[in-house]
Amino acid sequence: MSEEDDEIILSELNDEDLVQQMFDDLYDGLKEEIEESVNILLERGWEPYRILTEALVGGMTIVGNDFRDGILFVPEVLLAAGAMKGGMAILKPLLAETGAPRVGKMVIGTVKGDIHDIGKNLVSMMMEGAGFEVVDLGINNAVESYLEALEKEQPDILGMSALLTTTMPYMKVVIDTLVEKGIRDDYTVLVGGAPLNEEFGKAIGADAYCRDAAVAVETAKSFMARKHNQLSAG
Amino acid sequence: MTNALTRLLETRDWLLADGATGTNLFNMGLSSGDAPEMWNEEHPDRIKALYKGAVDAGSDLFLTNSFGGNASRLKLHGAEKRARELSRISAEIGRDVADAADHPVIVAGSVGPTGEIMEPMGSLTHATAVEIFHEQAEGLKEGGADVLWVETISAPEEYKAAAEAFALADMPWCGTMSFDTAGRTMMGLTSSGLVDLVGKIPNAPLAFGANCGVGASDLLRTILGFSARGPEVPVIAKGNAGIPKYVDGHIHYDGTPDLMADYACLARDCGATIIGGCCGTMPDHLQKMRAALETRPKGPRPTLDQITEALGGFSSASDGTDGKAPPARTTRRSRARG
Repeated sequence: MSEEDDEIILSELNDEDLVQQMFDDLYDGLKEEIEESVNILLERGWEPYRILTEALVGGMTIVGNDFRDGILFVPEVLLAAGAMKGGMAILKPLLAETGAPRVGKMVIGTVKGDIHDIGKNLVSMMMEGAGFEVVDLGINNAVESYLEALEKEQPDILGMSALLTTTMPYMKVVIDTLVEKGIRDDYTVLVGGAPLNEEFGKAIGADAYCRDAAVAVETAKSFMARKHNQLSAG
Repeated sequence: MTNALTRLLETRDWLLADGATGTNLFNMGLSSGDAPEMWNEEHPDRIKALYKGAVDAGSDLFLTNSFGGNASRLKLHGAEKRARELSRISAEIGRDVADAADHPVIVAGSVGPTGEIMEPMGSLTHATAVEIFHEQAEGLKEGGADVLWVETISAPEEYKAAAEAFALADMPWCGTMSFDTAGRTMMGLTSSGLVDLVGKIPNAPLAFGANCGVGASDLLRTILGFSARGPEVPVIAKGNAGIPKYVDGHIHYDGTPDLMADYACLARDCGATIIGGCCGTMPDHLQKMRAALETRPKGPRPTLDQITEALGGFSSASDGTDGKAPPARTTRRSRARG
């Protein structure tokens, strides 16, 4: 292939082609290219919210689906999420200014005793990629740390992650505490982590088990839709 | 170089490794979230009981209670400075149990992943990873481990860093990865990819293979993937006893001892030499596995269908080694990059 064929001048692409190219560039994890494209669309007068949903969320959906289907793996998804974050960093202040619609808010953290945060970080990034506001508590969270964050952040969703057989039962400790305090039903509780499964999620009283970051996003969206429906019905 | 494991492998067609550490310790009262390695010091009697459970059930080899005993993992319990010491104690207790056994038993010093992502995707540098593994390796060596045993690894870079650290400690080693994502490791490595990786490491392991992951079926598909490549290094199979379930406040794995006995024989038929369990595998399972391996003759290499018939279905249609995995999106730039 010759050099000329390879050269892609982002600013010369029309809107439709540029968005398609952004899908490609997110897929390839090209941060600088994504940042450039976001700036081009802003210059062309696109609303920040439209760039977020049509270009970034659209592109990350493709990445998420291929991750779910075992086509992409963690390294590729980390690169893609890094590129998305580059674009988000430009959009975030503008989104706040323009009062863009709020998709939902999530507090997420890995449970006490568990250092693993790869899966949790992926969920965090993919949720942000889907337009959610995410408060990440990091690793090794005791029940008190979750309670404090729920009180302070008032999220829609609580996400918990565990990668070890030795730490997964701690999710139940957290959920039991929420039940005791009578606040369990104030939140949608999603759980995830390699050793878990759907039955485990149900047994400990979570709303859903999410087998990977892409499923977490889909599940979160569907619970948010239900919540909105209930609110408008009520 | 001669050592206890090499000598044992020369005299036997198969070896029975041990089962679960975490599941057993929970049954002895470990609380979720606590570091199991602290028990090496606080409850050496229980760690001794853990090892003895495997040895009395017929294991030829067991792993020490040091899976999370590296500085990176111990940090969240404020014990990052104690990696060497806690690892040493885990091996010392193991040495006592092995030496008192009525059959030759190998003490394998367990080394788990750091939990960090390595460069360039993450922040952990190769040098730091080697340093972390080296420190733990020296502790396990001091405690009298026969071999070092890195397990549940998903990144090729981390496997290589551990190997390098074990060379620095001048210790023989074994290494298994966890194939839990569509038949590959979380980082996307296939079974065939691990065979290639093992072939490139200067201080080759005494044995390599797979542990943990999804279920026994997936694990055996991975073992078939290794043996299809005809590796010279013996293959290790350490699969979970089924799928975890939450029963009456604790984790229970649904794989029965009889099922694990079938798994053990199938693992041997697939080409594994060192066969054991992982999460959920208790002494009852090991006993049945031992009896089955001793009494049933080695069979022909099973097909994938025979594996699913005996142990249940796979978690994904392809494991990335059959050319049937769905292709990645073709992007303009990646095409240009070739």
